[in-house]
This record gives sequence, structure tokens and C-alpha cells, in this order.
Amino acid sequence: MNKIKCECGHINPEGTVLCEACGKPVEGNQHIDGNDDKKLLNMRYDGSARRSQTYQKSIVDKIWSFFSSVKVGVWLIVLALIASIFGTIFPQEQFIPQDAVSRDPAIFYEDRYGILGLMYYQLGFHHMYSSFWFITLLALIGISLVICSLDRFVPLYRALRNQRAKKHKKFLSRQRLYSESTNIHDNDIDKLVASLKNSRYKITEENGYILAEKGRFSRWGPYVNHIGLIIILLAGILRTTPIMFSEEYMWVREGEQRVIPGTNNQYYIENQEFILETHDQEDERFQGGSLEEEIATNFQTDVIIYEAENPDVVGAEPELEPILEYSIQMNNPAKFDKYTLYQQGYQLNEFKNMSFYIHDADDEAGESLGTFTIDLTNPESVYETDSGFRVELTNYYPDYVMTEEGTPVSETDFPRNPAFVVTVYPPDSDEGEVSFLGIGMNIDATGENQYKVAIDDVEFRDVSGITVSSDRTLPFFFVGAMIFMIGVIQGMYWQHRRVWINKQKDNSLLVAAHTNKNWHGIKRDIEKAVEGTNVTMVKDQQELDE
Amino acid sequence: MGLYSTSSSALLIAFILYLVATFFFGGAIRQDKKERHQKTKAGTIGLVITIIGFISQIVYFITRWIYTGHAPVSNLFEFTTFLGMSMILAFIIIYSYYKTAFLGVFALPLATIIIAYASMFSTDAAPLVASLQSYWLPIHVSTVALGQGILFISFVAGLMYLIRQIDQTKLTLRNTMLELVIYGIFLFIGFIAVTTIFNAVSYQATFEVERNGQQIMAEYHLPPIAEPQDSTLLSENVMTPWFAAPDWMHGDEAGRKLNTVIWSFFAGTIIYGITMLISRKRIGKRLQPLLQGVKPDMLDEIMYRSVAIGFPVFTLGGLIFAAIWAQIAWGRFWGWDPKEVWALITWFFYAAFLHLRLSRGWHGEKSGWLAVVGFAIIMFNLIVVNLVLASLHSYA
Ligand code: HEM
Repeated sequence: MNKIKCECGHINPEGTVLCEACGKPVEGNQHIDGNDDKKLLNMRYDGSARRSQTYQKSIVDKIWSFFSSVKVGVWLIVLALIASIFGTIFPQEQFIPQDAVSRDPAIFYEDRYGILGLMYYQLGFHHMYSSFWFITLLALIGISLVICSLDRFVPLYRALRNQRAKKHKKFLSRQRLYSESTNIHDNDIDKLVASLKNSRYKITEENGYILAEKGRFSRWGPYVNHIGLIIILLAGILRTTPIMFSEEYMWVREGEQRVIPGTNNQYYIENQEFILETHDQEDERFQGGSLEEEIATNFQTDVIIYEAENPDVVGAEPELEPILEYSIQMNNPAKFDKYTLYQQGYQLNEFKNMSFYIHDADDEAGESLGTFTIDLTNPESVYETDSGFRVELTNYYPDYVMTEEGTPVSETDFPRNPAFVVTVYPPDSDEGEVSFLGIGMNIDATGENQYKVAIDDVEFRDVSGITVSSDRTLPFFFVGAMIFMIGVIQGMYWQHRRVWINKQKDNSLLVAAHTNKNWHGIKRDIEKAVEGTNVTMVKDQQELDE
Repeated sequence: MGLYSTSSSALLIAFILYLVATFFFGGAIRQDKKERHQKTKAGTIGLVITIIGFISQIVYFITRWIYTGHAPVSNLFEFTTFLGMSMILAFIIIYSYYKTAFLGVFALPLATIIIAYASMFSTDAAPLVASLQSYWLPIHVSTVALGQGILFISFVAGLMYLIRQIDQTKLTLRNTMLELVIYGIFLFIGFIAVTTIFNAVSYQATFEVERNGQQIMAEYHLPPIAEPQDSTLLSENVMTPWFAAPDWMHGDEAGRKLNTVIWSFFAGTIIYGITMLISRKRIGKRLQPLLQGVKPDMLDEIMYRSVAIGFPVFTLGGLIFAAIWAQIAWGRFWGWDPKEVWALITWFFYAAFLHLRLSRGWHGEKSGWLAVVGFAIIMFNLIVVNLVLASLHSYA
């Protein structure tokens, strides 16, 4: 490497723009930071030598320069921004409304949004945020973050560590805030320094040359926040692995006890009760005209969680030990082991069981000749009444509908609209009579049945939809987010301010100052410091053109 | 007086005080032309009045909280009012540091427009739906609003910078764009004006609409220019609609919303036109001389500073607190819901703003445009995403 020795004696790495020690512009390198024909020096990285600006020959150099360029970084951010916008034009796949003609994206988008919808679907915008190229974009931002941070952090750190209080005149006079004063008494300088000290500047003095500096740590803010972002992106990658993240959805009926999916049969849940509360319509506070509907104020499932003692013994009935009794509500999930249970959905008044009685078809009064009860989630194939009737459950449609062709089918497996085909065998008879039963219907297939089956009673229960999630990446996201916040606050709420006070051999006093942001603040500090002294207030050499 | 009416009066008082304070700040820039960045008496009075107004708005906030039993940030009226309040707070903070009365002349009326805009939505108290019942609601919402309030100051400073700096001697693309931004503000005023007028006369037109075989009612409070699709007008003696909302607009409310937008354009354009007639110049050109006394450097710095301060606050409230709450409520800290995505877009945008400023030297005018666009994104998220794009967070 071709080190550069400055006239002050300091040895700088190749590519240095301003000497790390005295700040003297290094001849031949001024184009790097665009200082050539500018009055003021570019102070972004204190003129330190950055790899990306110095070596641009090999392919590695080129890739390095590419990713460390903020211009490229901004482009990547803008592309991600634009892609995000496109993703919100129409709903994403997972938000296709329940009442849509079809929840199949191939049909939905064209049906609802016409040709534009079709294009949206064909371009894959309906799953924008999980698309390959969106994720690639985020990955590129990640790479860019790592490289640009390394490219700048190390040289900036060097430059700030090696800086001296004595600066070259060319450096001072080309700072944005600068003044020259003559005939300054040492008392005035002391006053100036004391006042800066008062404003919590750290003073370094070397042979009468003075540097007052504060808030240097804020320079590391961007690097800290970029580390936070990198951790977040890494956590996002981790989350795609099943060990770190899993999620299941289950329906649990009131009174039901079942294994919790995704827990390797280790845990069981019992739904004791599902509660849906709506607001009190009589409440005087909420009598404004616009409130017509009921507002659901609480969704709650009271559950007991059990741990199985011997989950691995195949075939054995597990011994269940209750470990947690909890009321899961929205905004109040249940937690145990590494699992969290969220209240997610519900289904009110699902049929639990139906009881029937048999009577003589000709008997107007319908006197019961025998009763039986069908458990709708666990129907049996044959029921026998005390009076000796045998009822065969020939067909069961939990969620009955009639198709256009006239055949009965079940839309779902949930008993929402149960219907049955039963065959009734009177006592001591092998001749069965077929009936078709459902809510509000009782069809005699042949029209010659001697016995009729009628609904006696129906019991309902609610079903609760619960998400079971196990997410071990949360701490990573949290730590990443905290580091990001610390970094931005560090970089934004503090500023790195430096004031150089250099008395020259000819007894003139040069004062120059630089801050990375908030020039108003540093000007106020200096204004306060020069008050009551003969030192000339620094002049802002770069006011925006009037 | 009941809590509810105390609360409403307190808000009204705050509203009036902000307008009064604007005049004092206006007086401050006339008062002495040389020392414009120093404290002036009128400026101090303006600040005091603003602070009293702010306190009155806090009274509104607290009394409404006690009355409804939950933090009043749960519907469009409450949230937007709160946003207006944080804009005022942000103004008070930035003003105490920079002491430019000019800022008050622009920031206060704009924040007041936001508060007036909020009051156009239903102000009725309503119970809190289950998904919002969490102490994260006030934490998340107040931080987001504060962040947006601070970013609002950057918009104000940016707008002032553009008005001051853009050449107005002849019509150019730049001053036309600027005029469009100003016209956009007039659309808000138009919306507020028509809504207030027709509310005052209790205007109502009812439609019966057929949706999926069901009959539902659609209530209009503005004369129907656009009627809902497949509807019959039930009310008598109201305006006959000119046309029906096109069928690619979905939702039961599409017709009414479209109608409101048409009216806002209509009224906003008329008010803008009248203002033009009176001033006999582009509004930007008319305002330009007013700003001669402020240094562009100062505006540039305020604009940048408020992004620097607002960006972390917005990130904390709009992304981090939002994610924590979503995790607790739904078991997923991020779901790509449109509202979330637009918060992310806002965040990306301001991140780009900061990087451009750092390395490409996008100061002054370019920064000014970015500040304006950034705030437009925030308003888009407040208005279009809430009212048009279906979202979990939809208020309406
Ligand atoms: C969404 C992603 C990003 C966010 C939120 C972000 C955030 C920030 C913030 C807040 C700052 C401090 C700005 C200031 O002090 O005014 C900063 C500085 C910086 N960022 Fe990023 N950044 C992101 C991506 C990137 C990328 C992809 C690059 C790659 C080129 C990059 C390069 C830089 C550089 C070079 C600095 C200046 C460092 C310094 O002042 O020494 N950033 N970033």
C-alpha cells in the first residue's frame, strides 16, 4: 500500500483525502470527496480513506464499491418502497374477503377487478411480500448495510482517533463555520474555552492549540442502527425454520378435550366455555345516533391446559395433569412452555346433540314410543330405544345442502346444519323404514312409513378457534429493534460538534467549527462563548443562496 | 355540565385559541423586521395562547377519556383530533428552540384544519371493540401521532421553504406543482365547509340499496351527486343524483364516499377560485413576500431537524410498538395489512430522505419537496387507507 506521509509527520493510508491528524488536504485525492473546486471541504467521513473509494480494479473491489454506495442503498430502499405500494393496490391473497365469489386468487382478482385484477394476479402482486424478488430486495439491502457500514466505520474510527488539536490552516479556513481574529489576548481564549467547557465540550490542548469536542459517540449511531437492522433481517431468515417458528390453528368445542396440534401430543386443551360479550345497549354514554350495531367487546375462551405424562407410549391412554387454567381473550393470550395460544375465531351455536322420539304416523298427538339421542360430533351407527326400536343411522350430513343435481351433500365437517337418513326397525322386525330428517324437514321416502321420527330437543355449544404458536425468534427481533432504536437516537438526538481554536504564529486566532448536523446548535454554543471577548464570531460560509 | 359537553367545549376553545394565536404570530413577523429570529412580544403572546389552547385540548382529552372509559384514540374523529394535538405539541417544542414566528403563521392554521377535518366525522362516543382493548392502544397511538406531528413540522418548514424560494416571476413546472400542493390544502377546507353547511341544515337523503339480495339503507348527509349502485332514492325533495358510483368501487359505503370526494373537490375549487380572485395572483406568489424575512437556511434546518427528531419517534410508535401489540393481539407481529404496509412505506421514505441528505447533498429545495411528499404519504395513510383500502385498522 502506498502510505501517504503528511507534512505534519502523520502517516495516512492510501486514499486519504484529509490528513487524519492535521486535516491538510492531500493533493491529488481531492476529487474523491468532490473538494476540487469547492470552497468548503466535504467533512462526511473526515476525509478518511475508504476502501470503496480507493480500490476499484478487481471484481471484488467493484462489488464492494457497488454495495457500499449510499446511492445504491437509496435505490434499493426506494424499490422496496415502490414494491410495497404496489402490494396495497388490491388486497393481498390472505385478505381476500370471506364473501368473495371465490377465495381462489385465480378467480377472485379477475372477477372483482377485471383486467387490472387479472394482471395483478398474473404478475404475482397478490403475494408480493413473500415473492422471490421482494425477498431478494430485502437481502440486497442487508448486504448493502453490512458492506457500507464496514467501509466507513473503520476509517472514520481511525481518523477520529488520530485527529490532533492543531489543524492546518487550509483545513480550518475551508470549514463551514470560520473566523479570523487579530490581537487576541490569552484571557479571551481562556474565557472562550471555559465557556465551551461549560457547555460540556471536552477540551484537548496541545502546545496552545485547542480542540473542543462533544458528542463524538453520536457518530457511531448509524452503524449501531444498521447492526440492529441486520439482526432483524437475520431473525427473519431464522423464522423460516420450523425449529424457530411454528403455528397451528385448531377448533375446540365447548366441553371438548383434545390434543394441542404442534406439541407432539405433549399438551391437551379443554374448552370449558366460550364467551362472547357485546356492549350494553342501555349504556347512556353510548347513545349517539350513529351507533346502530352491537359492538363485540369481549371474545373469551376459558380453558384448562393439561400436560400428558406419558405422551410417547403408543396406544396408552395419556395421563393428563392440569397445568394451567386460563381465560384466553383477545389481547390476552395464554402462555405455557414455549407455546402461546391466541383467541382467533369462533363459531356460535354449533349443534351438539339432537334427541328424537318415535311415534305412530297416524297419531295426531304424537305420543312417544321411544327416544334416542345423536351426538353430532360422535354419532353411532345404531341406536336402540328402551322400547325395543332399533334405529340405524344410514347417512349423516353434518352441514347439509342440496346440490343443484338434487343430491344431498355436506359442505363442511362441522355440524352446522345436520341432516340424517335413518332406518327405523320396529321391535322384533327386520323390515326397516327409511326417513330423511333435518332441521324443519322430515321426509318419508316411500310415503308408506308406519312410524315417524320427530325432533325432541336440540343442544347447542360454541366452538372456539385458537391459534397455537411457538415463536422463538421474537427475542431476536426485539433485540434488533432495540439496537436500532438506540442507534437512531444516538445518531439523531446528539450531534458531533467540534470547535478548533488555533493561535497562529503571526498571533492571529483562527476559530473553525464543524458539526454533523444541527448547525443552529453549534452556532449558539459559539455565540455564547465569544460573548464578552474580542474573538470574532464565526461566519457561516455556506448559507443557502438567498 | 356533563363530562361529554365539557369535553366538546374544551376542544372548541382550543380550536379558537389556535386561530387567535396565529394572528399574534402574524403580528410578530410584522412587528420588527430586523430581529426576526429573536423573541418578540407578539410571538411570546402567540406562544402563550397556543399553550393555553393545548392545555384546553388536554382537558378535552382527559374528560373524554373519563367519559368513555377508554383512551379517546379509537375512531377517526378521536385519532385525527389527537394527531392535531400532537402537531401543536411538536410546534411548541420546535418553536421554543428556533423562535421563528413565521413557523406559527403556517403551522397553527394547518394543524387547526386537521382538527376541523377530524370533527367532520362522527363524534359520538362508542364502546371499544375487543381487539382494541389493550393498554397498547394509547401507547402505540400516542407515539405514532407524536412522530407524525413532528414530521408535520418538517412539512410546514418544507412548504415555507418552497414558497419562499421558488421563482414566481413566470409560470413554471415547479411553481405549478407548488400551487397544486396549496390547492390540495384547499380541498380539505372545501370538505370541511360543505360538511359543516349541510350538517347545520341537517340535510339527509336516504337510499335503499340492494346488496347480495339484501336491502340496506344508505344515508347521505350531502346532496347526492353520485348515488350508490343499484339503489332507489327514498327521500323526497332532495337533489336527483346525476350518476351512480361505478361498479368497480366496492363496499356499501362506496357511493357515499365518492359523493363526499366530489363535493370536496367542488367546494375546495370554488374557495380556491375565490381566494385567487381576491389575491389576483397564484397563492404561492401571494405568500412569497410574506416570507422574505425568514432565512432559507433556517427553514432548511428546521425541516431537517424535525425529520431527525420525528423519525425515531415514528419508528418506535408506528413499527415497534405496533408490532409488539399485534403480537399480543393476533399472535403475529407483522401481517402485511395495508395500514402496516403504509407505515413501512412512510418509514422507508424518511430513511431515504435522511440518506439522500447525507450523501447526495439534497438540501434546500429538493429536501423541501421530499418533506412535502413525506407528509402526503402520512395523510394518505390517514385518509385513503382508512377510508378506501380495506384494512384491519379501518375506522370507517
Ligand atoms: C431501510 C434501511 C435503512 C435504514 C432505516 C437506515 C437508517 C439510517 C439512519 C437513521 C442513518 C443516520 C442518518 C443521519 O444521521 O441523518 C443512516 C446513515 C447511513 N446509512 Fe442507513 N439505513 C438503511 C439502509 C442503508 C443502506 C442499504 C445503506 C447502504 C448503502 C445505508 C448507508 C448508510 C450510510 C453510509 C449512513 C451514514 C453513516 C454516517 O453518517 O457515517 N443505509 N442510516
